[in-house]
Amino acid sequence: MAGEKEAPARMAAAGGEVFTMPWSTVFGNVSRRSWHVWRRNLDVYRTTWRTNFLPPILEPVLYILAFGLGMGTLIGTVLYQGQALPYLRFMIPGVISVSIMFWSYFETTYASFVRMYYQKTFQAILATPLLIEDVIAGEWLWGASKSVMAAVLMLAMTGIFGLISWPAGLLVVPLAVLGGLFFSAAGLITTALVPRIDSFNIPSFLLIFPMFLFSGTFFPIDVLPAWAKAIALCLPLTHISYLVRGACLGQAPPHFAASVLYLAAGSVVASGLAIVLMRRRVVR
Amino acid sequence: MNEQARADTPVVATGLTKRFGPLTAVDGINFRVEAGECVGFLGPNGAGKTTTVNVITCMSPLTSGNAFVFGLDVTRHPREIKKRLGVCPQENNLDPDFDVRQNLLIYARYFDLSGADLARRVDELLEFAQLTDKARTAIDDLSGGMKRRLILARALLNQPKMLILDEPTTGLDPQGRHAIWNRVRQLRSSGTTVLLTTHYMEEASQLCTRVILMDHGRIVLEDSPGALVAREIGREVVELWDLLPGVEELIRQAGWPCEKSEERIYLHDREGGRIAEEIGARFPEQQRLIRHATLEDVFLHRTGRMLRE
Repeated sequence: MAGEKEAPARMAAAGGEVFTMPWSTVFGNVSRRSWHVWRRNLDVYRTTWRTNFLPPILEPVLYILAFGLGMGTLIGTVLYQGQALPYLRFMIPGVISVSIMFWSYFETTYASFVRMYYQKTFQAILATPLLIEDVIAGEWLWGASKSVMAAVLMLAMTGIFGLISWPAGLLVVPLAVLGGLFFSAAGLITTALVPRIDSFNIPSFLLIFPMFLFSGTFFPIDVLPAWAKAIALCLPLTHISYLVRGACLGQAPPHFAASVLYLAAGSVVASGLAIVLMRRRVVR
Repeated sequence: MNEQARADTPVVATGLTKRFGPLTAVDGINFRVEAGECVGFLGPNGAGKTTTVNVITCMSPLTSGNAFVFGLDVTRHPREIKKRLGVCPQENNLDPDFDVRQNLLIYARYFDLSGADLARRVDELLEFAQLTDKARTAIDDLSGGMKRRLILARALLNQPKMLILDEPTTGLDPQGRHAIWNRVRQLRSSGTTVLLTTHYMEEASQLCTRVILMDHGRIVLEDSPGALVAREIGREVVELWDLLPGVEELIRQAGWPCEKSEERIYLHDREGGRIAEEIGARFPEQQRLIRHATLEDVFLHRTGRMLRE
């Protein structure tokens, strides 16, 4: 293959100097063959599409029923960026944001771990012209794809209920790519570090579930005390929900550029770290 | 000029060393595999066979020394090397998310193979592995033998120049084992170079033109199976058990080469049956068995009878 990159960095990586390697050698071994890994996962997804489609279609409907008919009638309106919003209008973008996080993070934690550890899928692929960097890049892109598919389905469902402003709502799709890439990489870092599959409980309950609740998803973080709001502003999901809510409402989100930059830079750093840590775990 | 860089030599390894932390798994071994050979790596568990294979297949980076596969450096050209190899791993790592045929199709994609040629090749390989009527079967529903045959078929998708078999028949019943052997012989006769590891001496004798015996990360012996047996043991082995008084004394005095296990003595008879005759004459009541020497005798002689692990 003309111009295909070979792998001068692999051996140095295995020597233990993983944290001092230049970034170019981290991504340098990723090739277009990553898409074969992505395709493999898509092929599995397609054989089980019914069960895969059910949660993102049903979940928003359940939220709409519970919060629209139940909670929402108690809360009435929410003050967000200086305007009073019906609670459902406020909350649904939060639900979509949470799904963007969950679908990629849980794909590249539990599901990737099963492929790596129990099914030995990574080992099987490594006997072909793919390198570990290709495998991890493929998993990374796949995790983000799950977020995108979930976001698209949820967008369609909530759109039917008139909860999305069009065409601005379509911006949720690229935002799902961004958020998906971030949490997909975060999941892979976790997978590279956990000894056993039960160990995922620790990051899930210490990081992911608190984020689910405190990232401006179900209530605006402006109501929090200043110190808590400052913490919330550091959480990646806060920025995803700012951006997604902006798109769903058809309004410019606060600090748009900062949020995008944070998530994009975070995705690059996290995916590089995921490759380095996975290389250390898988290639011995 | 550089002999190591010759593209037609399947493997040239020099001072190949692999350490895992304080453990030296492979300790500076030198070996070659020539085109058309079937080379078998033998050795007890932990001898370094699989580690050696993992270095050659670019799955595991070497610590020092060097290894060239078809003239390509394993540290620099893993993709190019892996394109030329067919690997049957020790562990079954078929993809349980797909059926038999899909396993081949999706694995082929990793080699950038697709289209009508591939479909034909997959059909041929299913035929070769006697799995044509199992094409739509889920992996979990295959027997152990079928899984191994499918892994062998999978390793042949890219028409490899060298086939690597890491314990290809471990855990199989005799039928399953012979089915794999027949297929490996077929491949050998069509010119495929084979490198295998095994615990089964019969397997090595049946398939290999040359065996490399490893222990503690080093190469202990290396030759054709027949030559090794003749050189190390001789033609026959006399096994003795329930020893009568005086027998051990006789063996010691005669200075016959022998080996002891907990319950038995194994005499290496290089003298055309004279040892068996003499024991028969002196101790007709002694329990004994006279048999051909095998590679297993060489193995146990050189690596000892102590349990490993």
